[in-house]
Amino acid sequence: MAVKLPIYLDNHATTPCDPQVVEAMMPYFTQLFGNAGSRNHSFGWAAQEAIEHARQQVATLIGADPKEIIFTSGATESDNLAMLGAAHFYQDKGKHIITTVIEHKAILDCAHHLEKEGYTFTYLPVDKEGLLDPELVRAAIREDTILCTVMWANNEIGVVQNIKAIGAICRENGVIFHTDAVQGLGKLPFNVNDMNVDLASISAHKIYGPKGIGALYVRRARPRIRLEPMLYGGGQERGLRSGTQPVQQIVGMGKAAELAHLALTNGEVERVRALRDRLWNGIKSKLDEVYLNGSWEHRLPNNLNVSFAYCEGEAIMMAIKDLAVSSGSACTSSSLEPSYVLRAMGVDVELAHTSIRFGIGRFNTEEEIDYAIELLGNKISWLREMSPLYEMVKEGVDLKSVSWVAH
Amino acid sequence: MAYSDKLLDHYENPRNVGSMDKNAQDVGTGVVGAPACGDVMKLQLKISDEGIIEDARFKTFGCGSAIASSSLVTEMVKGKSIDYAMGIQNSHIAEELKLPPVKIHCSVLAEDALKAAINDYLKKKNAAAPAELSE
Repeated sequence: MAVKLPIYLDNHATTPCDPQVVEAMMPYFTQLFGNAGSRNHSFGWAAQEAIEHARQQVATLIGADPKEIIFTSGATESDNLAMLGAAHFYQDKGKHIITTVIEHKAILDCAHHLEKEGYTFTYLPVDKEGLLDPELVRAAIREDTILCTVMWANNEIGVVQNIKAIGAICRENGVIFHTDAVQGLGKLPFNVNDMNVDLASISAHKIYGPKGIGALYVRRARPRIRLEPMLYGGGQERGLRSGTQPVQQIVGMGKAAELAHLALTNGEVERVRALRDRLWNGIKSKLDEVYLNGSWEHRLPNNLNVSFAYCEGEAIMMAIKDLAVSSGSACTSSSLEPSYVLRAMGVDVELAHTSIRFGIGRFNTEEEIDYAIELLGNKISWLREMSPLYEMVKEGVDLKSVSWVAH
Repeated sequence: MAYSDKLLDHYENPRNVGSMDKNAQDVGTGVVGAPACGDVMKLQLKISDEGIIEDARFKTFGCGSAIASSSLVTEMVKGKSIDYAMGIQNSHIAEELKLPPVKIHCSVLAEDALKAAINDYLKKKNAAAPAELSE
């Protein structure tokens, strides 16, 4: 069967809606369009019922009580609500917050904002595998520490942190623990109680649901977590997120959560993992000087982040335009700086420029992976033929010994 | 990034990729940029005694615009005099390829590589010149 081009291998950025999700959403646009806040007619009741069903579906996926799920516009809002909400509510207790250098921008930018408000942050480093040592969290906790936020799985390198251990340390010390659980959801099992999590951000569009909807898990007991809302109004979502609930989006997220839960047990995760392994083995069999970024052992089953030495990331993406991927290269970022995540792990800046992220998903096939391997083998070789660096290395020049005229 | 057709053509079908003997007396080599910055350009020119650029070759590590800029510059100088080549400015390259603002530095790099290659040739020639005089 011919492979349909281009091939989407950027499932960390977003995922297509599963057709079953779209199907579930459809009636809520035109027939069951009620406002869940309308308490006195059937249109409102139907909307309310649909929302509560979805809340249950989402809660089931993460082992929470439905009352602990607050729907938001997406994970950026969830991260903001968790950080700003907890920081503001508990400011009398202290103003110190712990996080890491590899967090998503939604966390880091929030941190910078809170710093302007007078909060102090400790940014913990990661090792060369991209892993945070949980003991660093313990060492960073102070008398005035109120919150610790560490992402579960990283969006670039797919490295999975030891959330359970970090959560236990926070719990022991009375520090609220938030995790951005966006990337790991539906790829690995997640249980807020087993993992000692107090707040967790999740997003629908990374699990084959619609964009524009996410949720924040807010623990209700042992300990009960309080937040100051960011939006004021009708008091929807337990007063934590006012605004008419987007019923069709919420229904979509619920269905997506149900399917993600199923994917954890029906072999889908293993299928994706096998495709990812096939891709990496294929790349290694065709090319020399390819380097994996981040831990192999503690990694999402659908992630591959590879540096193709001596080829610049944007040039690679142009050469393999039949594959939709992303790069940590400076030339693909608006800041013209290479990936801060790779830099934080100590990846040489030279290699950071050559990195490509692959995110395999539910709709990828073995044929697509084989096509990708073939294309990468040909195009990377083509770019290397054009690369003065590859030529120099083949001539035995040590690139580190060259005194480059930096531009 | 949205690139012009001309840029894409130079990227997909780069002209004059390759290397010449950098020790040859009639070859000037310019290497500019740094791997840490994400672009390195090597431009080589074969220049006749009359100062005409007979051949040009490049190898580039860099983004699509860097590769296209070097490819274009080899085309621009082939068959032209050193004087003409020295007059080429990055703005000519940037305009020709319709480089987006964030990629202007690629054309600067190409201009620098061109000048470095010519200067390398002239240096070799001048070093050889006194020997001729003493004959």
